[in-house]
Amino acid sequence: MGVPRFWREIPNRYNLIGTKCKNCNKVFFPPRYICPNCRRVGKLEPYKLKGRGKIYSYTITYVPSNGFEDQVPYVLAIVELEDGPKITTQVTDCDPNDIKIGDEVEIVFRRMGEEGEEGVIYYGYKARKI
Amino acid sequence: MDVGIVGYGVYIPRYRLKIEDIAKVWGADAGRVKQGLLVEEKSVPGPDEDTVTIAVEAARNAMRHARINPQDIGAIYVGSESHPYAVKPTATMVAEAIGATPNLTAADYEFACKAGTAGIQTCMGMVEAGMIKYGMAIGADTAQGAPGDPLEYTAAAGGAAFIIGKNGGETIAAIEGTCSYTTDTPDFWRRDMQPYPRHGGRFTGKPAYFKHVLSAAAALLQQLQLRPQDYSYVVFHQPNGKFPLQAAKELGFSTEQVMPGLLVTKIGNTYSASTLLGLAAILDQAKPGERILAVSYGSGAGSDAISLLVRDAIEEKRNSPKVLDYVNKKIIIDYSTYAKFRRLLVK
Repeated sequence: MGVPRFWREIPNRYNLIGTKCKNCNKVFFPPRYICPNCRRVGKLEPYKLKGRGKIYSYTITYVPSNGFEDQVPYVLAIVELEDGPKITTQVTDCDPNDIKIGDEVEIVFRRMGEEGEEGVIYYGYKARKI
Repeated sequence: MDVGIVGYGVYIPRYRLKIEDIAKVWGADAGRVKQGLLVEEKSVPGPDEDTVTIAVEAARNAMRHARINPQDIGAIYVGSESHPYAVKPTATMVAEAIGATPNLTAADYEFACKAGTAGIQTCMGMVEAGMIKYGMAIGADTAQGAPGDPLEYTAAAGGAAFIIGKNGGETIAAIEGTCSYTTDTPDFWRRDMQPYPRHGGRFTGKPAYFKHVLSAAAALLQQLQLRPQDYSYVVFHQPNGKFPLQAAKELGFSTEQVMPGLLVTKIGNTYSASTLLGLAAILDQAKPGERILAVSYGSGAGSDAISLLVRDAIEEKRNSPKVLDYVNKKIIIDYSTYAKFRRLLVK
C-alpha cells in the first residue's frame, strides 16, 4: 500500500467513517458515493459507524500474509456492525479457539502493518471480544 | 488557579509476564527479585500495539468520560519515551483518531517518566490564559528494558489521558496548584538510535528519585499551606513498589493513603503512564471533597507535584472503564511469547 492511499483512507481506517443515504437510511462501509438502492435520488452523507458488532463468520489463519508471521495463528472475521455493514477484520487479543459465531466485539485502534523498519506505520481497525 | 480535570481515560494492554518467568531465564532468584521490587507481574503490549495505539485507546476513553465535543480540544500533548516515530508526532495520530483535527496545536513530549504530567502543566497554562477551551495531556509508553537488565523485570506498557478545562459544573477535580523540581542528574538515559536505556543502578535512588520527588512535594505543600493529613490519597511515580512507599513515609503520609494508587505490583512500571494511571485509579474511587497529591518523576531528572480537590461532578461521571477493570482483565504469557511480541528474537 502506498503512502497516499493510506493517507486518503485515514478517516475510514481510524474512525470508521462510512456514508449513509438520507433517502433510504442505508449505511455503507467502506463509503459509497452513489446509493445502489436509490441511484440518482440517493443522498449520501458521511456517517461515523458505532464500532460494535457481532462475528458473522471467521477463519483461523495458519499461513500468514507478509508482515503477520509473528501473529500466527490469528483470527480473521467478517463482523456485522450494529449499523448494518459487514467488514472483514482481524480479531485481536484473543485465543483463536475461544472465538464463536455471534460473539460480540468492539472495534479498536491497532497497528495494521508497516513499510519495513524505515517506512510509514499503518494504523487502523481490528475487532476485540467484549 | 481556576482549572481542573474535566475527564480522564486509561488503557493497559491485556498481556502479563510473571517475574518468575523472567528470573528463570536469567538464573535469578524470583523470590528475592519480587521481594526487592514488590512487583509480581508486568503488562506487555501485544504485537499490534505501541505508544500510539495505547494513547488512542486512553484518549477515546477520556472523551467518553468527559462528554465534550472533540472540536473543542485546542491542544494535545503526548508524553512518552517510546514514540514509534523519531520524527512524526504521536499527537497527530491521536488527534485524528478522536476527531479533534484540524484546529488545534499538538506536540510530543519527552522527559523520561514525567512527560505526561509536563503535558498537564502545559494544558493548565493554556486553559488559564484563555488560549484554548480544553487541552488533553497523555502519558503512554511501551517501555524498553534490555534482556537481562534489572529493568526488564518492571518495564511495562500502559497509558492515561487527562482533559483539562476551566473549573465549572463539569470539573471532576479542581487543580489547586503545581510545583516542579528539575536538575541535571544523569541517573537514567537512552542515547539517540539506541534501543535500550542505561542507568546508574543504585544512583537512581537517593540523589535522583527521592531528592526530586520529596523536594517537589514539599515545595507544593508549603506553597498551598497544606499538610499530609489534609490529603485522602497520595500517588507517586512507581518504578517499583518500594520507592513510592518510602517517599510517602519520609513526607509523613501513611501507607493507606498510597495503596489505592499503587499499581506497580500488578502491572509493572508503565513509565510516562505510571503516576497518571495511579491518579486515575484514585479518581475511580474518590469522593467529592477529598484531596489528592500526585507527584511524578522523570529521570534526567525532574518531578512535577500536583494537588487536586475532588468535586461533585465526579459522581455523575462514573461511566468510563475503571483502571482495575484493565488491571484484572489479563492473559498470562511466557517469556518466549514475550520475546516474540517484543521482537527480541534474531531471525
